[in-house]
Amino acid sequence: MTSISAPARRPPARTARRSRVDRRGWLFVGPFLAVFALVFLAPIAYALWLSLFREQVFFGGTEFVGLDNYAAVLGDAKFWESFFRVLLFLVVQVPVMLGLALVAALAIDSARLHAAGFFRIVIFLPYAVPAVVATLMWGFIYGDAFGLAADLNELLGRKAVEPLSGDWILLSIGNIVTWEFAGYNMLILYSALKVVPHDLYEAAAIDGAGTFRTILSVKLPAIRGALVIATIFSIIGSFQLFNEPNILRALAPNAISTFYTPNMYAYNLSFSGQQYNYSATVAIVMGVITAIIAYVVQLRGSRKGV
Amino acid sequence: MSPTRRSRQVAIVLATALATALSACSSGDSGTAPGGATGTQDAVDAALREGGEITYWSWTPSAKAQVEAFQQEFPNVKVNHVNAGTGNDHYTKLQNAIKAGSGAPDVAQIEYQALPQFAMTGALVDLGQYGFTAFEDDYTPSTWNSVKVGGGLFGLPQDSGPMALFYNKEVFDRHGLTVPKTWDEYVEAARKLHAADPTKYITSDTGDAGFATSMIWQAGGKPFTTDGKNVKIDLQDEGSRKWTATWDALVEEKLVSTIPGWSDAWYKALGDGTIATLATGAWMPGVLESSVPGGAGKWAVAPLPTYDGKTPVTAENGGGGQSVLKQSAKPALAAAFVRWLNNGNGVKPFLDSGGFPATKADLESSAFKDEAAPYFGGQQINQVLTAAAGQVVPGWSYLPYQLYANSIFGDTVGKSYADSTGLDPGLTAWQQALVDYGNQQGFTVTTG
Amino acid sequence: MSTVATTHSPLRPRKSRVLTAVMAVYLLYTLVPLVWLLISATKTQQDLLSTSGLAFGGTFALLDNIAETFSHDGGIFLRWLGNTLLYVVVGAGGATALATAAGYGLAKYRFRGRRAVFAVLLGAIAIPGTALAVPTFLMFSNLGLTNTPWAIIIPSLVSPFGLYLVWTYAVEAVPDELLEAARIDGAGELRIFFTVTLRLLLPGVVTVALFAVVSTWNNYFLPLIMLSEPDWYPLTVGLNQWSAQASGVGAQPIYHLVITGAVITIVPLVIAFLLLQRFWQSGLTAGSVKQ
Repeated sequence: MTSISAPARRPPARTARRSRVDRRGWLFVGPFLAVFALVFLAPIAYALWLSLFREQVFFGGTEFVGLDNYAAVLGDAKFWESFFRVLLFLVVQVPVMLGLALVAALAIDSARLHAAGFFRIVIFLPYAVPAVVATLMWGFIYGDAFGLAADLNELLGRKAVEPLSGDWILLSIGNIVTWEFAGYNMLILYSALKVVPHDLYEAAAIDGAGTFRTILSVKLPAIRGALVIATIFSIIGSFQLFNEPNILRALAPNAISTFYTPNMYAYNLSFSGQQYNYSATVAIVMGVITAIIAYVVQLRGSRKGV
Repeated sequence: MSPTRRSRQVAIVLATALATALSACSSGDSGTAPGGATGTQDAVDAALREGGEITYWSWTPSAKAQVEAFQQEFPNVKVNHVNAGTGNDHYTKLQNAIKAGSGAPDVAQIEYQALPQFAMTGALVDLGQYGFTAFEDDYTPSTWNSVKVGGGLFGLPQDSGPMALFYNKEVFDRHGLTVPKTWDEYVEAARKLHAADPTKYITSDTGDAGFATSMIWQAGGKPFTTDGKNVKIDLQDEGSRKWTATWDALVEEKLVSTIPGWSDAWYKALGDGTIATLATGAWMPGVLESSVPGGAGKWAVAPLPTYDGKTPVTAENGGGGQSVLKQSAKPALAAAFVRWLNNGNGVKPFLDSGGFPATKADLESSAFKDEAAPYFGGQQINQVLTAAAGQVVPGWSYLPYQLYANSIFGDTVGKSYADSTGLDPGLTAWQQALVDYGNQQGFTVTTG
Repeated sequence: MSTVATTHSPLRPRKSRVLTAVMAVYLLYTLVPLVWLLISATKTQQDLLSTSGLAFGGTFALLDNIAETFSHDGGIFLRWLGNTLLYVVVGAGGATALATAAGYGLAKYRFRGRRAVFAVLLGAIAIPGTALAVPTFLMFSNLGLTNTPWAIIIPSLVSPFGLYLVWTYAVEAVPDELLEAARIDGAGELRIFFTVTLRLLLPGVVTVALFAVVSTWNNYFLPLIMLSEPDWYPLTVGLNQWSAQASGVGAQPIYHLVITGAVITIVPLVIAFLLLQRFWQSGLTAGSVKQ
């Protein structure tokens, strides 16, 4: 461990001064990493180990099965059904939520809004509501016998909305997630917008660019980084969808199955079925897929940005 | 501290964590269903004299009062009552603690449908070794049968749920309905009611495994039989088909409300007449009285309809008892507490809380039977309910993995409910999933 | 939004009523559920089950509900509130400290493995935490940590997102020249961190703390798995247990308390948001410069 740093990524002149290898950095990073290893890496390692075995809870004990569990997951119709469901959810809900967040961020940043500060804090508020509470709350509202959905149906004179039925339920979950996190994403995008240098706007205005031109050619490119980060976190969140459908299941038992999302599937395999090994395998496969997709998005996002 | 030492320490912490993790994984031997131990209650009495501290997991409303009464009677015993969750939350935590090898309570409440699962995975103490088999005659046959698994005695029954028909008399009178004696009449009443007032339903059912199995039980079905490693599943036997033939009409014609049971909407619907009847266990009056104040004076109880309208038969729905866990360091003392709870002075606080007992003496006492229930307009409902306790079809058993089975009911039979189609394809799909699971867990599962 | 005023400077455009009206619709969407929750918290269990969602009930029972929430089941709600505060103070506080130190370390020191650290972090947060619950539970159980506050606190000490925020923030906010100057003056690394760096990082630290507080306050899944003793529950798990006790034999629905409890759970966070608004917004702003 002597002073040779990776030369490939040496930053430009301003920071070159500190480019010697500095093990003192571990002093600051070490504590974080120690806890990280305990609560992230060790369970992952343990899950990897578990995924190589099969235990029969009632009879037969534990046997080493190599990669059999992985083969089984890849051929498991329930797993793929749940995977494609969250993929569909992701493809629809994430753009809607981020679109909403972006519009709100642009509007608040535009200085054309009355009481912009009020809008900013109120739209952010749902983030303070725990997912458990948000889901219980929307669950009450969704009830088509006595909830607000029922009031709406009565108003329209027909069963126009049935948020807890099989056809609607994915939409209803998407609504809860959007409600919870659009404000949070708005804030991230808004913060990025606020630091776009003003001379860029002035330049655009001198060129005669209208509001939308300015947004498209100045603002959006300037906040690309924030958009990429928001997208990655939303993708990870979608793939890990659990709390909302799991709590809503009590109200929509036939619309939400035990393998509704990959995460619910893994959870129920463990806690209802006691199939710990197979559950660990599902978790790992899902984690690998998520990591790959998040990585690809980051790669594409940052490449275009340069 | 130098960075190298720090990183070495990190490595040590990580290695320790991994090592313990890995060692946890190798302790996976399980799966014996011992049974038939015999012994006397001497050890239990001795443990009670000696005293000590035990933990009791239960979500029953009476648990707190019972623990207090017990400690008053036996000041040298300390019982820590923990409400670890209701239903599945409770079982999940119990299962986790068993899997982890520590953290389980000494005594736990376990419902009848869940008992075989815990007994067969070797988590429970056979109370036969403490001579509790002597209590057989104190309990109704159906509840006693429910705590026996493979010849062993794995708990003492606390409550029971012989089924009856709870109906909203006000709704029945308004629409000129008579109380159905047969299931065919029940379906007729359902049609008449819903036609007269489309906002009213004879009952609500979104697919509930406990209800479905009880209905199959009443119809004479015996879909699950277990003999050691061998399990037979037949959800298309005569009884099962008898039930679906009736219930299909209600589901297909959308005569049952789709308000999910135990939701806020459901409580509301019980109070305002939207749901006109409930075919459910004898513990229901307590729930109605405490949580459906709007229904006071409207509800009444009748025997469960039958298929032939002649011989009164019914089934158990819900209910359970208390068991001693193998992890307990003081199993004899734990057993003493269970004995007190369900075969001693603990029964009274249970009755006071509105529970429906499993003990014959209490069921037969005239004070209990003849009590007029103000909520039910003064009807002596226990006359109906205690009669039902003696009319339960004998010989029923649950699957050794009924908890898992119930958890996937919605995935399979739920589809029939959601699409308002016949239940038989759903039951067949359920059966297939249960066969696959059983075989994976080392059982030899056959069908039909 | 078509009211583009060409006479105005694009930096000081005229306020638009149309835009405000459009945003008001969004505001409504945000607020309706919360209003519903607030109104419901004023109702008795009776009224809750018999009156429409957005109308007030016959009796205004908010104060009674609050009193009952705090006294129900031997006052366990207060205990849950205290637990949540404990988890937030120790967990989120610790998470902020660890993330701040590590983010600074990654930003300002070049040492071998630095890039690997980052790749591992990103990969690890992609694995669904809920699915790792069983391995984590079994590990913690072997370490004797389950059913203790440590089972909640230790996992919440790690905030990869917080680390990322501080990292990006520190690159800009802490000039290398200042660090070098301090070193020339003979200050040790730790001393530099505490006397020079922390002050500069403050807005970023407050932001990280806020996110850590929210995620700890809202933590649900892990406590659900790790704790069996209600005496250690945080608010979220406790409320869900209250909600779940509406089912099965011996059911005791207490929806009015669940709803009032939910309101009480949200209020402290909202107040924290409002009070710390200035800090965390500038922290986020600076953090998002570098991306």
